[in-house]
Amino acid sequence: MSARPVDPKRDPIRPGPTDSVTITFEGREYVGVRGQSVAGVLLANDVLDWRTSSTRHEPRGLFCGIGVCFDCVVTVDGQRDVRACQRTARDGAQVERQHDELPRRVEGAGS
Amino acid sequence: MTDILVIGAGPAGLAAAAAARRRGATVRVIDSAERTGGQYWRHLPESRPAGREAVLHHQWNTYQSLRQALEFDPGCTIDTETQVWAVERRADGTLRVNLASGDVDGTRATESVVPDRLILATGAHDRALPVPGWTLPGVFTAGAAQAMAKGERIAVGDRVVVAGSGPFLFPVTASLGQAGARVVGVFEASRPSRMARHWLARPWELAGASHKVSELAGYVAHHVRGRVPYRTGYGVVEIHGTARVEAVTVARLDADWAPVLGTERRIDCDAVCLGHGFTPRLELAVAAGCELTDERFVRVDGEQRTSVDGVFAAGEITAIGGVDLALAEGEIAGWVAAGGSTADAPVRSARRARDRFTRFAERIATAHRIGASWSSWLQDDTIVCRCEEVDAGTLNRVAESTASVGLRSLKLTTRAGLGLCQGRICGRTVEQLLAGASGCTAFADGTTTDRRPIAAPLRIGDLARAPQSTETSPHQIP
Ligand SMILES: Cc1cc2nc3c(=O)[nH]c(=O)nc-3n(C[C@H](O)[C@H](O)[C@H](O)COP(=O)(O)OP(=O)(O)OC[C@H]3O[C@@H](n4cnc5c(N)ncnc54)[C@H](O)[C@@H]3O)c2cc1C
Ligand code: FES
Repeated sequence: MSARPVDPKRDPIRPGPTDSVTITFEGREYVGVRGQSVAGVLLANDVLDWRTSSTRHEPRGLFCGIGVCFDCVVTVDGQRDVRACQRTARDGAQVERQHDELPRRVEGAGS
Repeated sequence: MTDILVIGAGPAGLAAAAAARRRGATVRVIDSAERTGGQYWRHLPESRPAGREAVLHHQWNTYQSLRQALEFDPGCTIDTETQVWAVERRADGTLRVNLASGDVDGTRATESVVPDRLILATGAHDRALPVPGWTLPGVFTAGAAQAMAKGERIAVGDRVVVAGSGPFLFPVTASLGQAGARVVGVFEASRPSRMARHWLARPWELAGASHKVSELAGYVAHHVRGRVPYRTGYGVVEIHGTARVEAVTVARLDADWAPVLGTERRIDCDAVCLGHGFTPRLELAVAAGCELTDERFVRVDGEQRTSVDGVFAAGEITAIGGVDLALAEGEIAGWVAAGGSTADAPVRSARRARDRFTRFAERIATAHRIGASWSSWLQDDTIVCRCEEVDAGTLNRVAESTASVGLRSLKLTTRAGLGLCQGRICGRTVEQLLAGASGCTAFADGTTTDRRPIAAPLRIGDLARAPQSTETSPHQIP
C-alpha cells in the first residue's frame, strides 16, 4: 500500500465524522470520503493510474493535482475528458479508463 | 458604484476583494475551484469538519477573517466552481469575460460579463522539469502532493522522494509528514554556496520579512533536519519502475545542474514529488492584452495596474513571492481599482509589505534559478510533452534540422505543446530545448507558449450555446 488516506485516528487535525462515497472503476467498487475528488477516491485506494496514453500506451493518473495538466482525464457516467482531480466524486459514479488512439488536442491551441 | 470582477479567490484575489469593498466598490469573485483560499489555503470541504485543521496552515486566521468579511457582505458575490474560459477585447476597448459554471468538465452554464474593472489574480502552477521516467504513475508535482494532503487528507505515497528547487519543497515535505508519509529524502538542486549567497546577503533587507525566514527555518528544524535527509546540490536524474514508481537515481549536480558522473545513487521509493519553481497562469492576462515583463510575468506599475486600462493584476501572476506578497499586492489592486490611491493611509502598510516581499522574492528567485545544463539528464526517449508524448530526441533533431526557427512551426512539426494542456506543463521547457538545440535565444517569429485563446476546454455543446448567453453586469446573474 503506498498512496492512502491519512488514518483519522492519528490525524493531527482531529477529523470529525465523515460520510462515505462509493464509485465504480473498471468493474470494482472503491470507497472514499464524501467531498473527495474522483482522483482522491482512487488514490485513497492505492489506484495510481486510470488513463492509457495514446502513443506509447502507458499508464497515467494524477500529476499536477490542480486542474492544469489534463493527465488525469477519465470518463465519468459516460462523459469524456473529465479531470479526475477536479471533479467531486458522487456516490454511484461510474468511472472508466480513457484511452484515445490519437492524442487529443484543443482547437486553436497551435499559436 | 464601480463594479469589479476579481478572477481568482486565492490570497491575492481575496485581499483585492476585501480592499475594494472597503473602498466602496461592488465586487464579484470568481474561482474555478470548489472552495476559496487558492493554493495556499487549500482546505477540506464543509462535509469534513475537523477540530484542528489550522495545524496544516500558516496565517489561517487571515484567511478566516477575509472569508468571513466577504461571505457575509451583500456587496460581494463569490462564485466558486466557475471557470473563466476566455477573455475577449471588444471593439470599444471593454473586456468581455466568459464564464462557465456547474460540474467540472460537465455540461456547464455559460454567462458573459463586462465589468468596469477587472482584477486578475490567477496565481501560478508548479513547474516540473522532465526527468527520464517522470510519466510513471506515482510521480507527481510537489503541488499535487500538497493539494492531496491539505485538500483531501491523502498521502500520495509511503516512501516519498521530494526533488526540485526552492523553499516550496519545505511545506510540501512538512505536509507529507503530517499526512503520515515517510519522506526518504529532499533533493534541492541549488548548491549550498549559491543559496547562502542569495538567502543571507544584505540581511538588513530581510527586516520585516523575518517571519518568513523563521517560517522556513521552522520547517528545517521541525520537519526536515534530523528526520528527513535534506541534500543541496542534488537532483533526481532518473525514475525507475514498470507500472509505477519503484526507485529513483539521485546524483550530485554541478553549479549549472549537470549531473556529476560517478555520484549516482539509487533510492527505493513509491512516490516522487517534483517542483522546480512555478509558472504564472498568464492566459487570461495575455488574452486581455496585458504586457508581460522580460521574465514573463504580468507587468504592473506601483498601483498594480497592467498595461490595459481598467485591468489590474496581483499575486503570483506578477512575481513568485509567496503569500505575503500576494496579500499585499491584492490589497493595493483592490483599493486602487475601487478608486483609491497608493498614497492613502489604509494601504500604507500593504505598500511597505509589497516592497519588502518583492525583494525577498527576488533573492529566492536568484538562489533557485534553474541551472542552464539541467537538460543533460534527459535521454533521447525521455518524454518532454506529456500530452502528445514528444520526446527530447525528436525535439533536438527537429530543431537542429530546421533553419528558420519559428516556435510555431517547430511546435507544429513536433506537435509538442499542442495537447490538452495547451503547453502549460511543457511549454517553457520545449521553448528552452528548441532554442538550445537550434542555437538561438529567441524565436524568429517572436511567439511564446504563453498564448492560449481558451483558458479551459469547454464542451462543444456549451460553446455552441455561449454566444446566445446574455451579457450582464457582474452582479446580475441571468
Ligand atoms: C498546488 C500548489 C500548492 C501550493 N501550496 C503552497 C503552500 O503550502 N505554501 C506556500 O507557501 N505556497 C504554496 N504555493 C505557492 C502559492 O501559489 C502561493 O503562496 C499563493 O497561493 C499565491 O497566491 P495567489 O492568490 O497569487 O494565487 P493562488 O493561490 O494560486 O490563487 C489563484 C486562484 O485563481 C483560480 N483561477 C486561476 N485561473 C482561473 C480561471 N481561468 N478561472 C477561474 N479561476 C481561476 C485558481 O483556481 C486559484 O484558486 C502553492 C502553489 C501551488 C501551485
Ligand atoms: S492531475 Fe493535472 S489536471 Fe488533474
